Amino acid sequence: MIPASFEYYSPTTLKEALDFLSSREDVKILAGGQSLVPLMKLRLAKPRTIVDLSRIPDLNYIREQGSRIVLGSMTTYEQIETSALLQAKCPLLPQTAAVVGDVQVRNQGTIGGSLAHADPAGDMPAAILTLAAEMKAIGPNGERWIRAEDFFVGLLTSALEPDEILTEVRVPALNGAKTAYLKAAQRAAGFAVVGVAVCLRLDQNGSCNNLAIGVTGVGDKVYRAEAVEKILLGKRLDANFIEQAAREVTRGVDVIEDINGSKEYRSHLAGVYTVRAVKAAMQA
Amino acid sequence: MKETIKVTVNGRTYVEDVEPRLLLSHFLRETVGLTGTHVGCVIGECGACTVILNGKLVKSCLLFAVQADGKEILTVEGLAANGTLHPIQKAFVEGYGLQCGYCTPGMILAAYYLLGKNPDPTEEDIRKGLAGNLCMCTGYMQIVEAVKEAAKQLKKA
Repeated sequence: MIPASFEYYSPTTLKEALDFLSSREDVKILAGGQSLVPLMKLRLAKPRTIVDLSRIPDLNYIREQGSRIVLGSMTTYEQIETSALLQAKCPLLPQTAAVVGDVQVRNQGTIGGSLAHADPAGDMPAAILTLAAEMKAIGPNGERWIRAEDFFVGLLTSALEPDEILTEVRVPALNGAKTAYLKAAQRAAGFAVVGVAVCLRLDQNGSCNNLAIGVTGVGDKVYRAEAVEKILLGKRLDANFIEQAAREVTRGVDVIEDINGSKEYRSHLAGVYTVRAVKAAMQA
Repeated sequence: MKETIKVTVNGRTYVEDVEPRLLLSHFLRETVGLTGTHVGCVIGECGACTVILNGKLVKSCLLFAVQADGKEILTVEGLAANGTLHPIQKAFVEGYGLQCGYCTPGMILAAYYLLGKNPDPTEEDIRKGLAGNLCMCTGYMQIVEAVKEAAKQLKKA
């Protein structure tokens, strides 16, 4: 399988990259390429121009910035997985990165690529939504920050404009919040048939006073399981109660159906994984 | 339009004009002539095309050759030294860690990368380390055993 022909640019500055985006036709940005290249080989994507961001320095970092942690968009899953800073201050990101694809994909795939691709079965979008992260987009008119809840627009569609580049992701330092990401993975490629990210806090009495649940693989885009969050918030999380609440995880969601699972199977799995992920976070 | 790239493969440097759409796997097999890197599923699931690029295990069918410009690649052909098999290769042969052999180059490089980072892996570490490499014949048992044996031999060496 050979991709269609394209022109290739590998700029060394962000400005140069932005110029290519606005001056060339039908441009696709290449980050790690772990989603884009297969699509091009299958000729589901046939961009006329590729702008490779990998030669631009300063898009690859993980830094503490006050009460937040910022990541360059070209940071790889492997770097996230092994970051001591993230493990200490925002463990949901390493927990999620550790189960993306396989070793090879984690070495090459990037957080920015995953978010911009907005795969409805992507792992990282679930964590980003759960963390209420913010994404920095730079375009010809300067930069803007996009909240996670506004970022994932639909199937393979993010809020990024065609002439914008995602350069940075900003997540809160969690200061002891408990997190987990669990997924039922499709065997060969590791995609989430269902994936559930949880971030919660318990008060001294064991009541849940802060809760976010992000779900991937179930709808046409990643979503917050607000119905479940609402039931559990302010309550003590005993096992029966969690199970009851988790039944609401697909409420209001048009559950997708494909070779990896029927509507019924996926809905069932979503409930099961919501229970497991909430319990795993409590024990984290 | 062709791009000129300079890529070092197993210590030897190649300067070649390539089409941007040429995949690294095809560059290695057809331009460089090293056919140990296999092409299996072509959508990045099977891992037969696995190589080590600047020290990182990657799938060469999910990279364009132009992305490797200025970088160093290790393929399975680069493991044996002076006609002597690498201990990992030896362990696969002696432990019969293969049947048809199609996935073997990728398996061996994944094992090489794993043991470089973790010389004393548990069985679970090995299985996770090889998760990106699919084998349709063996059921994996003898592959896992071969990696265990290779770890033992490498520690002795």
